[in-house]
Amino acid sequence: MKRSVFEEFRNRDLVRGLAERIRHLAEGRTNPMTFMEVCGTHTMSIYQYGIRTLLPAGVRLISGPGCPVCVTPVGYVDRAVACARLPETITATFGDMMRVPGSSSSLLEERAKGADIRIVYSPLDALSLAERNPGKRVVFLGVGFETTAPTVAATLITARSRRVGNFSVLSAHKTIPNPMRILSSDPDLGIDGFLCPAHVSAVIGADAYRFLAEEHGVPCVVTGFEPADILQGVAMLARQVTEGRSAVENEYSRFVTRGGNARAQELLSRVFVSADTAWRGLGVIPESGLEIAEEFTEFDAEKVVPVRVEEPREPEGCLCGEVLKGKIAPADCPLFASACTPEQPVGACMVSSEGSCAAAYKYGQ
Amino acid sequence: MDNDLILLGHGSGGRLSHQLLDELIIPALSGIPVSGQNDAAVLEHDGVRFAFTTDSYVVDPVFFPGGNIGDLAINGTVNDLAMVGARPRAISVGLILEEGFSRRELGEILRAMREAADRAGVAIVAGDTKVVPRGKADRIFINTSGIGVFRHGLEISGSNARVGDKILINGTIGDHGIAVMAKREGLELEADIRSDCAPLNGLVDEILSEGDAIRVLRDPTRGGVATTLKEIALQSDVSITLNEAALPLKGAVRGVCAVLGLDPLYVANEGKVLAFVAPDAAERILEKMRRHPLGAESAMIGEVTSPGGGKVRMETVVGGMRAVEMLSGEQLPRIC
Ligand code: SF4
Repeated sequence: MKRSVFEEFRNRDLVRGLAERIRHLAEGRTNPMTFMEVCGTHTMSIYQYGIRTLLPAGVRLISGPGCPVCVTPVGYVDRAVACARLPETITATFGDMMRVPGSSSSLLEERAKGADIRIVYSPLDALSLAERNPGKRVVFLGVGFETTAPTVAATLITARSRRVGNFSVLSAHKTIPNPMRILSSDPDLGIDGFLCPAHVSAVIGADAYRFLAEEHGVPCVVTGFEPADILQGVAMLARQVTEGRSAVENEYSRFVTRGGNARAQELLSRVFVSADTAWRGLGVIPESGLEIAEEFTEFDAEKVVPVRVEEPREPEGCLCGEVLKGKIAPADCPLFASACTPEQPVGACMVSSEGSCAAAYKYGQ
Repeated sequence: MDNDLILLGHGSGGRLSHQLLDELIIPALSGIPVSGQNDAAVLEHDGVRFAFTTDSYVVDPVFFPGGNIGDLAINGTVNDLAMVGARPRAISVGLILEEGFSRRELGEILRAMREAADRAGVAIVAGDTKVVPRGKADRIFINTSGIGVFRHGLEISGSNARVGDKILINGTIGDHGIAVMAKREGLELEADIRSDCAPLNGLVDEILSEGDAIRVLRDPTRGGVATTLKEIALQSDVSITLNEAALPLKGAVRGVCAVLGLDPLYVANEGKVLAFVAPDAAERILEKMRRHPLGAESAMIGEVTSPGGGKVRMETVVGGMRAVEMLSGEQLPRIC
């Protein structure tokens, strides 16, 4: 069988060599270099391949706010639950949202009680649900970063051209760079470098992080998801730190360019406008969300699907916010693996397949 | 969360299923904890040992690449009997049909059942048919129960794993779950992924000639290889180390899993057996498995490394170590 590019990047010897190089770079350090992986897929990969067990004591990896479901605030879940309770309504969502606890319910619970909630793999599936069920209202839960948002944008453009009147999107789309700015200047975290997301960067381009390297002096490396990618990214960050440099480097140049994907960016700017938005744990961050633009208001569920939403209540005792900022590891939360498990999750970080608490629970260390 | 509700995850075969069994079903019905149980009950009457088991099938779609609900229902029960080392003898079939289901499709399913039974050398001896109004069931559900007999005095049980035992599997993982899932979701796949649905009693018969070198047999159905190994680790009170690089996995299954965010270790199989065997017999048994038509791609995927702990750890393809836990929540509903 032909070896795929993915298998190359899992190659054991390559990985061992990279781990050796990192050990070299970190040698003799009294306090470890702290690198944050911003993207949930990185977090998963790091746990799944046991990457931390390959790193020396001089390098510490902390997880950031890169799990889209996790950073979606509880108020959004409550609104989604309220939509799902409406009569003659189909709620379409990515599977990860199902079990996220809202203030008093979850989509999973609403489905068990009879709400029509469908798991889809693409917003286009949700649109065709609307076309096949003209008598019903279909609300798609648009959760995700710059990676999913362009497909949602394309779906709305299609919905417009096909005149689908019973389709709308509840948008909680978020953009990654500004939260990184806030995290990079948090003295408690002491971040020495960012492993920048792979897919997001393919859309926004590596240059989107230049302000972090240039204004905030934080090394950035755009990094792929395969184990060898991640170790290569860590090695590149460690080298910048030991050389006292800060620049944006691109480990993932086989997919990511400096300028990004112009067509996807064009879709985003046609359908969405940048807005201040609330992140779980991080609060409201300026220019970090994507709202549906005026021109597409007819598809904006927030405007066209009137619901009464309960007063949001964060789950008691959940330290998701601290986990998302990288301030604590999941196991430091007193509820981890006792009161909070994937079956009975207290917080969103235990639910999503990209959540740090779920990854730590499933893969341990 | 409203704790009164039964969730889909309660039928996943993972941790939630165990909870429901331990908290509600077993205390009410038998009192024997699930952690002490095997795929089939082994009973004794007048000095004769026999095995008894039952299973229900609700797979959606009813027809999938590599099989349909009919052969699945026969093979599933045949395999549950084989996993305690019993020879399947007789099977009963309960059909629940939805009003409006097609006679032609039913005929096709029954034919598949008969063929599967013939292939496994088991007789279908009793049955029942019910029809419910449209919408009260989804097309067809099947229950099968089976009885098996023993030709040896071996104790094959999930509690028999010992330190040093090698872990073998008879081929690629995740094929059934992904074949069903791909059909259900209408995924257009380049490669043809077929369910591995098959009767394992023949292959098990072959290796049972190794006597008490065979410690544990279990088919990793719902919950996949990960959940099954974790169950065995807990039941035998040992710790297991898996070698990810040795796990047989089709490239196409890996690809679909990556796209859908699934972990093949948790995806259901319907024609696979995990065998824990004594270390000195392991190579020989592996050879026997490879010579069997259902075992050409058999592999040694791990071993029992230490007493106690009930832990499963995996050396990853790149040489890192991580824990393997039971399936939590629902990965794929209605897969069997
Ligand atoms: S373990 Fe649970 S309660 Fe604790 S931070 Fe994670 S999600 Fe929240």
